Amino acid sequence: MTILRRTAVLLLVVVGLLALVQAVAGRPTGEILTPNRLPERFVTIDTAKQLDLWFETRWQNDQIPAADDASELAVLRRLSLALHGTIPSLEELRQFQSDSGDNRLERWTQRLLDDSRYATYFAERLGRALVGAEEGPFLAFRRDRFHAWLADQLAANRPWDRIVTALVTSRGLPTGSPETNFITIAQINDDIDEQVLAGRTIRAFLGQRIDCAQCHDHFFDPRWKQTHFQGLAAFYAPARFTPLGIDDNLEQTFQISDDTDSDSTRLVEPQVPFGQQWLPADGTPRQRLARWLTDPRNLRFDRAIVNRVWGQMFGRPFFSPVDDLPDPGDPATAALDLLAQDFRTHRRELKWLVHAIAASRPFRLDSRTPSPDSSTTDTLAPPELSPDELRRREDAWAVFPLIRLRPEQVIGSMLQAASIKTIDRHSHLFTRARRFFGEQNFVEDYGDLGDEELAEQVGTIPQALLRMNGQLPRELIRSEAFTATRSIARATVGNDPLCLATCFETCLGRKPRAQEQAVFGQWLADTRGRNREQAVEDIFWILFNSPEFSWNH
Amino acid sequence: MSASQVPFASAPLGQPLDRRIWLEHAATALGLCVAGPLLSARATTRRGPSRPTSLITLCLAGGSSQLETWDPHPGHAIGGDTTAIDTRQKGLAIASDYPRTAEIINELSVIRSLVSREGDHQRGVYVVKTGYSPDRTLTHPSVGAILAKERWDPAIEIPQHVSLGRGPQPARGGFLGAQYDAYKIHDPGKALRNIRTRIQAPRQKRRLEGLKIVTESFGRGRIAATNSTQHQLMIDRALSMMNSDQLNAFQIDDESDDTIQLYGDSQFGRGCLVARRLVQAGVRAIEVTLPGWDTHTNNFDGHRQQAQALDPALAALVTELKQHDLLDSTIVLVLGEFGRTPTVNPLDGRDHWPHAFSCLVGGGGLPAGRLIGTTDPSGQKRKPQHPVSIADLFATIIARMGVESQKEVITPIGRPMAYCEGQPIPELL
Repeated sequence: MTILRRTAVLLLVVVGLLALVQAVAGRPTGEILTPNRLPERFVTIDTAKQLDLWFETRWQNDQIPAADDASELAVLRRLSLALHGTIPSLEELRQFQSDSGDNRLERWTQRLLDDSRYATYFAERLGRALVGAEEGPFLAFRRDRFHAWLADQLAANRPWDRIVTALVTSRGLPTGSPETNFITIAQINDDIDEQVLAGRTIRAFLGQRIDCAQCHDHFFDPRWKQTHFQGLAAFYAPARFTPLGIDDNLEQTFQISDDTDSDSTRLVEPQVPFGQQWLPADGTPRQRLARWLTDPRNLRFDRAIVNRVWGQMFGRPFFSPVDDLPDPGDPATAALDLLAQDFRTHRRELKWLVHAIAASRPFRLDSRTPSPDSSTTDTLAPPELSPDELRRREDAWAVFPLIRLRPEQVIGSMLQAASIKTIDRHSHLFTRARRFFGEQNFVEDYGDLGDEELAEQVGTIPQALLRMNGQLPRELIRSEAFTATRSIARATVGNDPLCLATCFETCLGRKPRAQEQAVFGQWLADTRGRNREQAVEDIFWILFNSPEFSWNH
Repeated sequence: MSASQVPFASAPLGQPLDRRIWLEHAATALGLCVAGPLLSARATTRRGPSRPTSLITLCLAGGSSQLETWDPHPGHAIGGDTTAIDTRQKGLAIASDYPRTAEIINELSVIRSLVSREGDHQRGVYVVKTGYSPDRTLTHPSVGAILAKERWDPAIEIPQHVSLGRGPQPARGGFLGAQYDAYKIHDPGKALRNIRTRIQAPRQKRRLEGLKIVTESFGRGRIAATNSTQHQLMIDRALSMMNSDQLNAFQIDDESDDTIQLYGDSQFGRGCLVARRLVQAGVRAIEVTLPGWDTHTNNFDGHRQQAQALDPALAALVTELKQHDLLDSTIVLVLGEFGRTPTVNPLDGRDHWPHAFSCLVGGGGLPAGRLIGTTDPSGQKRKPQHPVSIADLFATIIARMGVESQKEVITPIGRPMAYCEGQPIPELL
């Protein structure tokens, strides 16, 4: 009797806990809605007009025909990959298709920015430039805290200059004030390496690579001297660890040794490489540096983040490498100057910048060229471009470039495609946990590019093997309870065209073309049960392994 | 332009090109046949010094103590509990935890005066993989990646740069491209991950036919762009690898129990055995990682335990390479990211010490039995006699493998960069 009672109590506890987890894990806490109109502060028509005029003039002068506009579904896919790291879910696709209001793409850009996935995802991408992607459990913990802090700033649309000021001048414990991890990540033993911070500051905030000037004047770029680098490093000299976290010891100066075999050192005073007049006299060295960096006259500051956000949106920065820009005013980067100027006058809000880039013509262009007849997408296009001509057009942003998706985008898209519903913070705990752990393992196997993720890369054989035969992709396409393959196969018995169209829209965001319909339609014809599920699994496998799935277009 | 200069011909199986480079050169390549693998002289059948040289690096991750391995100082304060044994090499004594290595060490040379400026694990590993200190604006290629690129064998259908065992920072292609990253095998000797499809052949065939249709459909209007992605090329090469007999090199099922036991019953031992098999198959560069050397506490017990894995595996590897007539064409390097302090800390441990540490290197036609450098037995002098930098060590290896060590290559951002800034060690030439 006692055993029976104990068992009953235990069962009740288990059931109660499960109910609690279910209630908490799956509880909707506020659905993201598409705004009826774009908030005035994010209207970028004037900027877009100027920018488009600049591109069109360039194309005209260079006699480069621009590609046609891409379909809105294709642009939505680009936006979702750039802002959330996944393709849109079928659920989102259907909502988008049924939205017949004006300025649909602009309003959906806003919707994607309102979603917490934007802040989380964009913070991780920007965070790589700010705190790197080094390994180690301690670093990973601090980096996660930092990303969470940065995500809060992005969600609140805090101006970029204020975010940067908070980073450069941060004080306190890395746990309570996560922004201090910008400083602590430069920890060498018990000290802060000023030179690491100087290099990161000028790369991340000014878009210049002068790290080699740490040891000598820049060999190839006479603009940068060793004294510039050392002068910038000296601003960080007072930063130190205290029992209360990062603080400044204003007595602490920057001493360097010019001879490794000698113990003698010399004092280096804080100094900036240009724009001396912007450097305020008052404040701590780090406060002075922050004000100099973010001064509206410091044009490099805005150009740097514009180029980086352009890179996040396209997968390729406007000017490569992302942090080695020519001087402001250089004709090669006039578009950056133009965007940077308006970014400055729009309170340096990153959401405004995303809107401005998303509305630009290059972002809306097709990746196909020369343009096929849009009414007959199945016909062969006119003669193809030579690789040289393609490169010329890509360099002029007259066609949307094919860019390899990063590992987190590939697995994020696979996970999303395997679920009809949108995977976000409202998803069930188990779904989110599966995404979290699955993504981590996949990214490790696929190859994380760390700080260099905006550099163009081709694919590799291990990546192809992982996509084709990997455990997670295999599990995701396997037809079983709650997977997209089973849902689609069972819900469309007797309607093969609908089945096929749903597979294609779920994975590629488009309907199948004639030849695809002909071949895959045969696979599905007269199938039921396991045979039909296998056919849908095979179609999903094909779509997961297609270049259309794993390249941004 | 000859066929061998055409991108696909000069970059055969498994060696893709950067997308931008492809765009630059593909126009010239169009219309020419893609040269197939040059199967005339299969590395698998060649032996002796005429065989193309391979490199096996045994990575002692965490930083092995020179005093408990190849540079013991028994009887001195810095020597701790460690005793020494004589070896087959006259005048050379090593730590007594390495009796089997003592029997084969005459095939190798010992450097006791390696110096590095990096005493942090991550930075130290970077140096002993690339020969360069970390540079936040550039990732240098590992030596294995350089060799895989420069000494590519078109007859090999499996990756030519392989990392065996779990370790920090597997070797990367760096600015040469991700295609030169080491192919990672976490548990060597066991079934490879992601290599087998779990479906029947007819179904796989159907999938591949379907993939062709969707790929062609995507390519319409963007053929040059789609080709530049090399997406299909990577799939084709992955399929070649999946179907290749050379995959057997990763397995040890057909090895006798005696052979497996010879390497010691450990994951590292299996890694060394697989490394020997990969060399036989013609793989250019292999690293086998043995973690666990970071003995800040209980240094002596820790190193004794590590020796139980390293000693049999290393000795068996060198012995077997010699027996298979592969040692003359295989450089073996045994190296940690730094050494450990001469002083013993209060927790009976030794801390990081990049100022003077040891490695073993030999085979591949390098002179054997050389002893280079000495450290101060009193521990007073930090600097060793005859200091050798990691860059010098790598310059020696790269040059021995027939590659110009100071060859300058242009990084993707247009920066000229030498493969290696060191100078070959005269004693090893």
